[in-house]
Amino acid sequence: MENMDLNAPHSMGTTIIGVTYDGGVVLGADSRTSTGMYVANRASDKITQLTDNVYICRSGSAADSQIVSDYVRYFLHQHTIQLGQPATVKVAANLVRLLSYNNKNMLQTGIIVGGWDKYEGGKIYGVPLGGTIIEQPFAIGGSGSSYLYGFFDQAWKEGMSKDEAEQLVVKAVSLAIARDGASGGVVRTVIINSDGVTRNFYPGDTLPLWHEELEPQNSLLDILNAPAPEPMNI
Amino acid sequence: MTIMSPEASSQRTLYPYVTGTSVVAIKYKDGILMAADMGGSYGSTLRYKSVERMKAVGKHSVLGASGEISDFQEILRYLDELILHDNMWDDGNSLGPKEVHNYLTRLMYNRRNKFNPLWNSLVLGGVKNGQKYLGSVSMIGVHFEDNHVATGFGNHLARPILRDEWKEDLTFEEGVKLLEKCMRVLLYRDRSAVNKLQIAKLTEEGMTISQPYSLKTFWGYGAFQNPTVGAEGSW
Repeated sequence: MENMDLNAPHSMGTTIIGVTYDGGVVLGADSRTSTGMYVANRASDKITQLTDNVYICRSGSAADSQIVSDYVRYFLHQHTIQLGQPATVKVAANLVRLLSYNNKNMLQTGIIVGGWDKYEGGKIYGVPLGGTIIEQPFAIGGSGSSYLYGFFDQAWKEGMSKDEAEQLVVKAVSLAIARDGASGGVVRTVIINSDGVTRNFYPGDTLPLWHEELEPQNSLLDILNAPAPEPMNI
Repeated sequence: MTIMSPEASSQRTLYPYVTGTSVVAIKYKDGILMAADMGGSYGSTLRYKSVERMKAVGKHSVLGASGEISDFQEILRYLDELILHDNMWDDGNSLGPKEVHNYLTRLMYNRRNKFNPLWNSLVLGGVKNGQKYLGSVSMIGVHFEDNHVATGFGNHLARPILRDEWKEDLTFEEGVKLLEKCMRVLLYRDRSAVNKLQIAKLTEEGMTISQPYSLKTFWGYGAFQNPTVGAEGSW
């Protein structure tokens, strides 16, 4: 550890994304949890519920992100009772920030807070390492996000529909999984708007193939035994 | 960087994560002009490009910050409380820029003494009762007051330009042009600069901050076209 460049930020095993669209937000994540080179969980759920209308995407240390989300869920629950109505996304994000900032020496977790409330509609807040809070139209995080800066610079546009936004998120996580060893598994999405919350699940075989990736087969034998191709007609 | 034993409860010097680069500021005829780009870097990645690094403080001052953005956000909270308590006296008095600068100096220096600094370099400018004030404070509590100040790379690239071209009673137009000259040089030569900036104007009437905008850059030197002609292999 001592001879690491301590000034470079730690990269975090995961790809997480949060995107606003006209009417709500779409959160997305991969499902790989790794301990060193071993994949401890290939189907984890990194999109965690805080309240009915606010969810977070967790990256970095699994333990740190879980304990932060447990504390914030607990505080938000009390806050909701005292307030008498659903908490706003901004309050949830600031609670995450408080914990991240005040414990910055010990925590190693980057979080994306996303949700819908009646005052501001769909909102996304990034809370990276260090505890900065930053409201954004879309946010990306985790080690896989390195591969997505260029993609989003090109593909993101204001005023997308719900389906366009979700397709963008699925495509992006899928691209990151293709290149980031610390990301993998399935793509999970959570859509939050005034109608409520929808969870979606995209296993590997439903995702598009990228460069140098081949169509999955059951066995070589199927290839060998495949019928001979039709002769071409000139 | 010292490594902590887990039993010790005190904190040690940290390192920054999301950082802002230079802030440049000058006194001009009507008050203060301050410029900063909107970048929030994450190591070498230019991660956030819409970070406002200059904020109004009370009625008379503007604060610009470079360094760790989360610490800047915390400083703004401290200043909110300071201004709130000042207003609660309800005595017609309000903290001027000199007082706010002094508060910030104490804040930064006391954190430095505990080996737990707020990782920022700050620029504090303001006008009160016709008196213009411009100061800076570093993360270790070193503070200056001058006609022009800058943080980070700005000290090395902008201050020499300002030492040469700043004069008393610049007009608003002259001041903006001068700051833009500095910011353009920083854009060419500072790796962590982004081409999206704001300029804040502070006068007796109050603070206004411009919309974000970008600067044109010039690349049309003949020498840039074919720099290695006649010296193959050089750069």
